[in-house]
Amino acid sequence: MAVSAAAGSQGLWFLSRGSGLVLLALFSAVVVLGVATRTGSAPRRWPRFAVAELHRTLSLFAVALLVLHVVTAILDPFVTIGWAATVLPFASPYRTLAIGLGTLAVDLGGAVVVTSLARQRLGHRAWRAVHWLAYLAWPAAFLHSLTAGNDLGIWWVALIEVASAAAVATAVLARLFGRDREGPPTSGPGPRRPLADDPRLTPARPTASAS
Amino acid sequence: MNTLDSGQHLVRGATPVQAGRFPRLLPERFGGEPASLEEHVTRYGQLPRGGEAGAAGRDAPVVVANGTEGEPASAKDKVLLACAPHLVLDGAVLAADMLGARQAIVVVHDAVREVVDSAAAERRRARLDRVKVKVMTGADRFVGGEASALVNWVAHGIPLPTATPPRVSECGLLSRPTLVQNVETLAHLALIARWGARWFRSLGTTAEPGSMLVTVIGAVRQPGVREIEIGTPVNEVLGLAGGPAAPLGALLIGGYFGTWADPAVAGPLPFSAEGLSAVGGSPGAGLVAALPADVCGLAETARVARYLADESAGQCGPCVFGLGSIAGALADLAAARRYEPGRLRRWMAQTEGRGACHHPDGAVRMVRSALAVFGAEIDRHAQGWCCGRRPPGVLPVPLRRSP
Amino acid sequence: MTTGPRLRVNPIACDGRGLCAEVLPEMITLDDWGFPIICDAEVPPGLLDEAAEAVRLCPRLALRLDHGARAPAAPQPRGADQGQDHRLCPAAVPPDGMRSRYLRR
Repeated sequence: MAVSAAAGSQGLWFLSRGSGLVLLALFSAVVVLGVATRTGSAPRRWPRFAVAELHRTLSLFAVALLVLHVVTAILDPFVTIGWAATVLPFASPYRTLAIGLGTLAVDLGGAVVVTSLARQRLGHRAWRAVHWLAYLAWPAAFLHSLTAGNDLGIWWVALIEVASAAAVATAVLARLFGRDREGPPTSGPGPRRPLADDPRLTPARPTASAS
Repeated sequence: MNTLDSGQHLVRGATPVQAGRFPRLLPERFGGEPASLEEHVTRYGQLPRGGEAGAAGRDAPVVVANGTEGEPASAKDKVLLACAPHLVLDGAVLAADMLGARQAIVVVHDAVREVVDSAAAERRRARLDRVKVKVMTGADRFVGGEASALVNWVAHGIPLPTATPPRVSECGLLSRPTLVQNVETLAHLALIARWGARWFRSLGTTAEPGSMLVTVIGAVRQPGVREIEIGTPVNEVLGLAGGPAAPLGALLIGGYFGTWADPAVAGPLPFSAEGLSAVGGSPGAGLVAALPADVCGLAETARVARYLADESAGQCGPCVFGLGSIAGALADLAAARRYEPGRLRRWMAQTEGRGACHHPDGAVRMVRSALAVFGAEIDRHAQGWCCGRRPPGVLPVPLRRSP
Repeated sequence: MTTGPRLRVNPIACDGRGLCAEVLPEMITLDDWGFPIICDAEVPPGLLDEAAEAVRLCPRLALRLDHGARAPAAPQPRGADQGQDHRLCPAAVPPDGMRSRYLRR
């Protein structure tokens, strides 16, 4: 009984850590796709709506996986995190900072997801203001993944961490410095050269054969 | 039809502006002829749905008088406000009374701000109006005169059009039904109220009674603002300005959103909406620009098109990119570099009707008329010739002072 | 006078992202600068799903489906030099666009 309980809790712990890693990869992919939707920098063959829909679908899948990740972590009998810590940051007695970062990511990400689902009713401006929080949620999740797990020694875990960070960093840099379609410029171009100065506007030079 | 000397009808109807001496507008004056007033107001704009029942409280409509005159070639609103500010203020107050509004905001060009300010101050001292009159300076911006842009300027200091629906006549300043009227229309209103509809109808045509102000510029001996009876032939309008100073190549009628016309064709036409429709034009902002034959019409058109492209509010892609491309193509055409008619036609079709306001539509209308009227010149440019012996510059395209 | 549903775009909000034209090429094409040209005819019942999808997908919420909207003003008569009408309407055969490859009916 004790053995199976121990084995069960081991299972919960593995599930929690495993789902956490997958979540990190997913969340990173969602952020990269979100940036790609905005800057239109997806591969040429991909229609923009497909990138947008993939971003949306993956984020909803991530929410489902997040539930698994959080529930398995809370139910694990070897560590006491407490249900309050699912929404209140830094309320867990076990590894307060690390879990707190995770909770922060859940809160911020949750706000992003909820406002996105209600986008039509909220209007563009309100939705956009909240959506910026995603750029805070991802670092929180990333730091949580670094500090809450013990597995950085395993090479493929480290690989996932590095790859996720690299992907998101590239996407963010592309967003900051890349040429994206921001829409029409808000003011006209600089001082224009009046046509009267254009020397070609005086009578055009007649061709030699003109009668 | 009698030819009016400048300033007879409209300004004669105005009382001399001397402190303390202006007539009080008695309700009977306009109570007897409400139909003509409303007709007049509705002809030039949309009557706000606030209704003339005079609903007090939050739904009370607002009147905004548009004297910004963003059109650089036109000067009639400035002249009217400088010569007869009380007439315009009377009209604004009248319109407000008619609609049950409690506030009238008069937005004027910077050049005449002081005059209008002092006129409004005189009225306040004499406690003449039940309606609160506020005077503001307009933005130095071509699109600032558009109805929703004007409301946006008054409310938020941003002279850019907003998306309609909802229209300003339903939901404008402070979300109230807003009547935006040109100052000349309000001046007409004041005249009708003073002298009656029959007097007003004694001039002009049946469909378009009264007189109007026109600005005549270009190759005429005495350019300036004149008052004409609606329906006066275009040649007579030019005659009032001293007649052509040189043989004319074309006329731009209406404003920068107006239409180019051949002087021989447009000359005999009556200056009225009905008369000018024969050349696809309309009185518009009351501009008649006379282009001399030795200035290239395509070059002038290219300058105006570039000005209009730069003056775009910059909010809608088709306007910014469309007008920009069209202006570039016209510059190429004017410089005899390149002309691709199919591409230009496609751009014009893709630009009009796709903005939030009518700025791109007006610009495309002007360009279309230019391509039609200057067809011979286009052929000459294709062969490397240009009729222009003087550089273009008849039509003013001022650089914006403020961003 | 009410009519069927029509697509309307808010030109100020529109950024020319082009997702709408990918999903509903029968009624929305892109102009030379990437901004949508919306057919102003009624949306036929067979395309209502796609139209709703296009409205949902617009990243700027610039597209909307007006039910029972008033018919737009009749277009001005065009002169012979004004080129053909660029507004695509459902009567046209849908082009073999991406929509048929990525969306299943």
